[in-house]
Amino acid sequence: MRKVAVVGAGMTKFMRRAQETGKELAWETAKLALDSCDLTIKDVDCVVMGTAPDAFDMVHMKSEYLGDGAGAWRKPYVRGFLGGGTGVFTACQAWYHVASGMFDVCLAVTEEKMSSCLPHPQGAFVTCWDQFTESPLGTSLLWFFAWEMNRYMNAHGITEREIAEVSVKNKKNALHHPCAQLPAEITVDDVMNSEIMAWPVKRLDVSPTSDGSVVLVFASEDFAKRITDRPVWVEGVGWCLDTMYIGQRDLYYPKYVEYAARMAYDMAGIKDPRREIDIAEPYDPFSYKELHHAEGLLLCDKGEAVKLLLNGETQRTGRQPWCPSGGALGVGNAIAATGLMKVAELFWQLRGEAGERQVPGKPRRGVAQAWGDEMQVGTVVVLGV
Amino acid sequence: MQRRVAIIGLGYTPFRPITPDVSFKEMMFEAAQRAYEDAGVCPRKDIDAFVTCEEDFTHGRSIFNIHIPDNIGAVLKRLHTLPAESLYGLADAYMLINTGLVDVMAVESHSKASNMLTPNYLVAHAMDPVYNKPLGYNPYFIAGLEMNRYLHESGVTREQCALVSVKNRANALLNPVAAYGDRLSVDDVLESEMMFWPLSRLDMSSPADGGIVMVLASEEKARTLCKKPIWVRGVGWCSDAPSLETREWGEAVYARLAGEMAYKVAGVKNPRTEVDFAEVDDTFGYKELQHLEALKLCPPGQAGFMVEEGATQREGDFPVNVSGGSLGVGRLDEATGLQKVLEVVLQLRGEAGQRQLRDVSVGLAQSWRGVPANSGAVAILSNE
Repeated sequence: MRKVAVVGAGMTKFMRRAQETGKELAWETAKLALDSCDLTIKDVDCVVMGTAPDAFDMVHMKSEYLGDGAGAWRKPYVRGFLGGGTGVFTACQAWYHVASGMFDVCLAVTEEKMSSCLPHPQGAFVTCWDQFTESPLGTSLLWFFAWEMNRYMNAHGITEREIAEVSVKNKKNALHHPCAQLPAEITVDDVMNSEIMAWPVKRLDVSPTSDGSVVLVFASEDFAKRITDRPVWVEGVGWCLDTMYIGQRDLYYPKYVEYAARMAYDMAGIKDPRREIDIAEPYDPFSYKELHHAEGLLLCDKGEAVKLLLNGETQRTGRQPWCPSGGALGVGNAIAATGLMKVAELFWQLRGEAGERQVPGKPRRGVAQAWGDEMQVGTVVVLGV
Repeated sequence: MQRRVAIIGLGYTPFRPITPDVSFKEMMFEAAQRAYEDAGVCPRKDIDAFVTCEEDFTHGRSIFNIHIPDNIGAVLKRLHTLPAESLYGLADAYMLINTGLVDVMAVESHSKASNMLTPNYLVAHAMDPVYNKPLGYNPYFIAGLEMNRYLHESGVTREQCALVSVKNRANALLNPVAAYGDRLSVDDVLESEMMFWPLSRLDMSSPADGGIVMVLASEEKARTLCKKPIWVRGVGWCSDAPSLETREWGEAVYARLAGEMAYKVAGVKNPRTEVDFAEVDDTFGYKELQHLEALKLCPPGQAGFMVEEGATQREGDFPVNVSGGSLGVGRLDEATGLQKVLEVVLQLRGEAGQRQLRDVSVGLAQSWRGVPANSGAVAILSNE
């Protein structure tokens, strides 16, 4: 199998970007990423695009529209899509474009513009559900998360206060991220006292919607070694989709994340992820999801994630930091862009370029994960140096 | 060095203007089941990854990808969606098998166009939201503009474009799964209702429903699983400028570049002599001619004469759209590209029934993304 490296990264500040179109966001970030590794668009052989549902900005065939902004003019260009799992999948897709031997340099562009969906992007999800069994309930996405959080708490005897610690940690981590949207020093009481959205999910358990873009540059081994002495290697990729019928899954455990993680770990030759992985970026659109996903990523036993959280092992200075970037809760949740942000965070951390949020002790290997669709997809990437 | 990749299984449902009797889920299931049967594989045990090509809006849902795994046997497996033309799905599988990560992969796409009550209003949402969408036009005016420019630049006539419709609809009469077979005259086409000048009603393809699934495998797997593997010798894809203001209107640049890429991968030096027949995009009559030129399957400016002389007829030197193409089979939204591949594979396997071509070994399939996009893909297939 051909080796593939990440050689450059760019990211815009996550926020409401009413001034820029999606094309402009993609262009700005693609430029940043190429500049970061002294390449130009001429060096790019192909482009992959990750952007979540068209309904966000009401642009049909959105990747076609975004093409020139993403640098795809007269290049092979395709969009991959796995709902909320798209961002990390974009990295998988860029990996196989290069690993196939067909291309040497692939630009992985993610762009998300949620602010154009008024009054709230939640509306873009009302047509997700099965039209016979789910849509007639008039459900919202938050209900599904409330069910899952409740089930997870019940299965393991975890409390809302314990889960709130995830929000406290991630929003604090985000204080050091220059692109973060909602960095904050908050307390567990702040989370507990915030508005109940759909019990037990409270406002501060939820990540903010964002506009943003993240771009990574992937290159073949030969090319990477020519342009940098610090390539970060893609060691493993995995993605897995479970049944759409939510009633057929036990929500207490994300089996699809485990399957995806096993694919990535097998590829990377990882036997014991608890010891062999230095940093993790599990997807945290809701506070409980970080714990839920960390268990799926086999970073601890089922129901044990909260113990690692409470004894500080997952802090940035802990044994195995989770979401040192600040995650979706702190940096913002520009769906596809947030997935790739997590891969970008690994890239910066492993190169020692994460500035104030640098994890101590020269981390050598990290895992990033995203999740989506109707709580049914896991996408996983392992990077290493 | 690229790994050899083959198509080892085909499954499809008949292409029909409406299918009120089945849901898209049932259609996907039926096509998938036939493909797995054809390939002799069990999706749960033998298939390593699945890719599907669908757009959210054409299904009237957000994150359509949610609805896929159960219908094609892909639960708890690698599955992803490309919101792209389905020929991109074939290219995607080709790449993934080439990485060595997977050996057997399924590609799925389907059209349930009959569910859309106002497809043109829907396509309007694909226009640039700042510059073009507010104009409020039916987006197919773009095809009229493009056809006009193409006729102007190439010297092709409306009559020659009409001949494409006549040929493809007649070809479809021999295709038992085609929806729009018909015996027309050039005058029928020219005198049909003027839609987007100079594009008339019968210059345009009509939508159809249908599902297609293909199973691809690496050489080692293909040789053990399949007696008649059809080899994917090359794939290429390309996007040109999406904006109306900056694109080329006369030449199909995306098809030229995608073709060049596919020829390079396949090691094809002279497409006109090395390719025996082609299924190219014919969403509109003029598109077939424009694409033949872009793909270098005829000398520049000669596509009109080629169709006039009958060279692209089923009995001609270089048969084009023997299946009936989109004009005869029906336009299958994202599944259109796989329908092109389907025909090429059937011909190369010698399973095309009454419309079987003799002595063919290399075929080309090409797709275009449709109005208002400016992108497309090419695959070169061979039975040797």
